[in-house]
Amino acid sequence: MKIELTVNGEQREADVWEGESLLFALREKLGLPGSKNACEQGECGSCSVLLDGTLVCACLVLAAQADGHDVVTVEGLGATGEPHPVQEAFVEAGAVQCGFCTPGLVVATVDLLAHSPQPSEDEIREALSGNLCRCTGYAKIFDAVRLAAQ
Amino acid sequence: MEVLTPRSLDEALRLKSENPQAVPIAGGTDLMVAINFDRIRPNAVLNLNEVPELRGWSRANGTLRLGAGLTYAEAMREPLAGLLPALAEASRTVGSPQIRNRGTIGGNLGTSSPAGDALPPLLVAGADVVLASVRGERRVALGEFVVGPKRNALAEDELVTAVELEPASAAETFMKVGPRNAMVIAVVSLALRAGEELRAAFGSAGPVPILVRAPRDDADAFPERVAEAAAPIDDVRGTAAYRRHALRVLTRRALDRCLA
Repeated sequence: MKIELTVNGEQREADVWEGESLLFALREKLGLPGSKNACEQGECGSCSVLLDGTLVCACLVLAAQADGHDVVTVEGLGATGEPHPVQEAFVEAGAVQCGFCTPGLVVATVDLLAHSPQPSEDEIREALSGNLCRCTGYAKIFDAVRLAAQ
Repeated sequence: MEVLTPRSLDEALRLKSENPQAVPIAGGTDLMVAINFDRIRPNAVLNLNEVPELRGWSRANGTLRLGAGLTYAEAMREPLAGLLPALAEASRTVGSPQIRNRGTIGGNLGTSSPAGDALPPLLVAGADVVLASVRGERRVALGEFVVGPKRNALAEDELVTAVELEPASAAETFMKVGPRNAMVIAVVSLALRAGEELRAAFGSAGPVPILVRAPRDDADAFPERVAEAAAPIDDVRGTAAYRRHALRVLTRRALDRCLA
């Protein structure tokens, strides 16, 4: 089936299988591999995107459900050579190790700071509780969030 | 596979009647996992995201009506959180922000898992589930709606459209045991409403969530009564003995919190 949606501000069309996730459509049909595919069950957060401005796991959205809706992926946050301030903070703080969880964490952090520009420690932990990182122990990631909030 | 996307409740009910095998999908937090892992391959899914009648909540003559599409994130927000504090507490323990933004109360009811976090708080609130089809609307008490693990009273042409319940008139709370705070399926959960009557309901400690009631004066014996009412099993998340013990402890703590 064909879906039409706005992705990172651009009107896009994709031919998708009816049972396909938004994540698969973004990565395999729309050429946007920034959202990562790991658990496919909403546990790891590495496919986090904004759907109509709301933070969701793209693996749990049926691509067909995104028809007519607005999606922002990690690719839509900054531009080449002009990273989003949250992306800059992740680089600055050294919050990246293998990098696989980073796109999801960046999108989740952008969402957090949009709702709470000066988050408390508890707020940061809660906001990122759906994003797993198996490399870093999260300390540098929390540093990056605090840095981005400044 | 076919995706049916109705734009109104009437259209949704007509499509469900014409395609009784169509599996409803809202937040996708249960169904998409099953589809992604190829555990099910439905002939058709009924996408309820575009049905405005299922969204939000309302209050008429004191009764609250929660649309089936109400998300956990919405249940956590004021003023609803103040009207149904245990449901708000339960919603805060669901998954992660991403899951709470998508998962719905109607989906929790439709799935009817013994571990469904919304079910115990809705049970202590005496909730009725509103079921609709082209044949009309009916109300079923939540305790009669869930009939077994992941089994419920929905007819094949029916959809869960709402839940109706009274706002909390007495102290109530929700507690959940799991290995960490986020992304946890309850090892055991408990909701308590402490009015003239004590009402407790638990999850993950039997095939269906169960409501246990006692006069307020029987508070001392209540933890034991709740533990005895459970029919837990040993599984990957915990043992039956642990679950019964934890229910006793949670009930004591919930009573301390609500009767303080």
